[in-house]
Amino acid sequence: MADKNGFFDLSKTTLSRRTALKGIAAGAGLALAPGFVRYSQAQSSASIKIGFQSHRTGIGAAYGRWYEKTSAAAVKAINDAGGIGGRPVELVIEDDGTDPARGAEVVAKFAKQHKTDIVFGTLFSHVVIGSAPAAGENKIPYFVVSEGHHVASTKLNRYVFQPGITDVKSQIQSMAPWIAANAGKKVTQIFPDFAFGYDHRDYLPPALKAQGADVIAQIAIPPTESSFTKYFPQIPAETEVIYHVMVGPAVLTFVKELGEFYGSQRPQLFGFMDSLEATDINSPGLEFLDGSHFWEGSPRYAQADDSAAQKAYRAAVGIDDNGAAVGDAKDVSTASHMFGCWETLYVVKKAMEDAGYKGPEDRAKLVEATEALKEFAEGPEHPQGAKTFNGKIHQCFGIQNISKVEGGKLKVVHKTKIEDGLYEAEGDYTTQAL
Amino acid sequence: MRDASPAKVYALHIGVILALFALNFVLPDYHQGLFARIMALAVFAMGYNLLFGYGGLLSLGHAMFFSAGLYGAGLTVYHLGWGVPEAFLAGIACGALLALVIGLLALRTSGVAFMIVTMMFAQVFYLLILYFAAWTGGDQGLVIQQASRVVSIGGASFDLTDPTVRYMSALALFSVVLLITLAIVRSRFGRVLVAIRENEERTRMLGYDTTANKLIAVVASGATCAASGAAYALLFGYVGSNFASVQYSILPLLWVLLGGAATVLGPLVGTLFMYYVTDITSGFTSAYLLIVGIALILLVLFAPKGILGTIRQRWLGWLP
Repeated sequence: MADKNGFFDLSKTTLSRRTALKGIAAGAGLALAPGFVRYSQAQSSASIKIGFQSHRTGIGAAYGRWYEKTSAAAVKAINDAGGIGGRPVELVIEDDGTDPARGAEVVAKFAKQHKTDIVFGTLFSHVVIGSAPAAGENKIPYFVVSEGHHVASTKLNRYVFQPGITDVKSQIQSMAPWIAANAGKKVTQIFPDFAFGYDHRDYLPPALKAQGADVIAQIAIPPTESSFTKYFPQIPAETEVIYHVMVGPAVLTFVKELGEFYGSQRPQLFGFMDSLEATDINSPGLEFLDGSHFWEGSPRYAQADDSAAQKAYRAAVGIDDNGAAVGDAKDVSTASHMFGCWETLYVVKKAMEDAGYKGPEDRAKLVEATEALKEFAEGPEHPQGAKTFNGKIHQCFGIQNISKVEGGKLKVVHKTKIEDGLYEAEGDYTTQAL
Repeated sequence: MRDASPAKVYALHIGVILALFALNFVLPDYHQGLFARIMALAVFAMGYNLLFGYGGLLSLGHAMFFSAGLYGAGLTVYHLGWGVPEAFLAGIACGALLALVIGLLALRTSGVAFMIVTMMFAQVFYLLILYFAAWTGGDQGLVIQQASRVVSIGGASFDLTDPTVRYMSALALFSVVLLITLAIVRSRFGRVLVAIRENEERTRMLGYDTTANKLIAVVASGATCAASGAAYALLFGYVGSNFASVQYSILPLLWVLLGGAATVLGPLVGTLFMYYVTDITSGFTSAYLLIVGIALILLVLFAPKGILGTIRQRWLGWLP
């Protein structure tokens, strides 16, 4: 079945002698044209193909666009520096529609049709979970940038990794000491009534308990809700901190109505930047957030003490000091998450080079080489900060930022330590067969 | 429909099954996997077609029957450690039972009201999946591990994650449902369904218990859709709430309309067409759903009876 892969390939229709001659002549002309030779060499079989499962459409589209920009910038930087093991890197992009069923099909398409070396780049948890079986069955390493706890839970399979962004359990655990020490001891949580909210619902109370603070109320808001005022009377009067992680288009209404409910006498507010990714913090209605604090993975706004690596990363990706696209102040980035694409690609580079990766036949070696990684130093490859990697649970651990909204910007006021986010491993992927 | 000899009709359908069998050996790897998925989902469309195409009952809630099978099979494997055959049967049983209950309630209505009532029940079912997230995995869903998707029959074991085993399993389910559907539509019951679709009052006047016949159709349709859902969970290893969303109630309607409502092979043709239009166009543009939409509009304008419906109308009047 030598030509199995030619199925539905329009280039393999029957050729007449005349057409073939025309094609040869045109091909020769193109090959002689300036620039083509270099291009054809770069696109030779030597390139490493990375299948990028992108949320181009669907609910994740805002993230998907910035994930693509960041990944393209990282690939350019890697290629400019000689590629991976001397081979150029090529991104092959397929839209998964932010849909788990399509996600699984896309992973299979990468493995079997595009024959990419790995699959990379998925954010939304349900797409990761829906696609993971396809990655395992096709034995293709699947590097996600999702921040969900699903990878570290060891409920997926040995081919799924998250080495470029910390998971939500670790993030919440890292926030607890600062909240208890600086914001207040009596915390009310407001979260969306679906899985993202449940992670916060389940992991925050024990983390705060360990710091001598308590969650005194948990208010789950249905994802279909468009008005929130009726929920606010449930917030206990003794609440010192409101911990909010609302996401989606209704977040502006949520903040506005919370502001109307409390006026100037409000408890401390602590939120996760997931609520406002790709949204201008100075949007009308968000004034109430002034003085409140947020978790940020990587700071949206340029900071006075930014490292040279952070500055270089921001310039390469094309974001200005306010975290918006250079030349378009309204195009706000997803800075808290997208750095994970950059860092993951450098982890892939390191693991491939450690494994002496030659092609898909070395995928098992690549899995083992990735599992053998222990730590990533802060620098151009890891501009967000240093990280450690637990090969048993395929998850990295890193620093987190706590930022305060001041004068319409987010200023980092505290950086956590890697140790703050460490937790007991819940399993061991390395015991699974490859 | 002009009468045709049973031999001709069965020869066509068995020929399709044999062609699909042969395709396993010539399709490239990716398309082999895609065809397995299409055959599993074509069963969903065939279940929908039984009620909508032949019975004339337009439901907008069939995602609940598909996901009843999906979760019925998936959760018994995930939480109870059941084997594949038992889980598959559990999935069908869940779908049939749910269809019986929904049928008893929803068939008190008809027309637009039936459509709305089924959609509301499906929404309740979807929200229940989210509400019981501790067991169902909520919106993130659950992964059925590879080790749990192995069937042991006698001394032999079949790994459903193996591409050929998966393809053949999907084909076996598709073939059984295709032949059962064919038998149903050629049976007395099938003719009564069509009569109900065409004129329910007159059918009742002729002495048929139309409510009982419609209820049987709802249960048969629900059980078939559940079989598709159960197979999907076991073959592809993922159980998620998006399969219970309204999108998955509309998709089988589109597949059936595209392929040809009230044609036995239409659901397969529609599912195949829609899948490949999406798969091919998404390689060129992120606006592929726009192209899918245009294709649907063109089809409605120029072939309102769907692909096979139009072929039957113009050339092959004997197609069942």
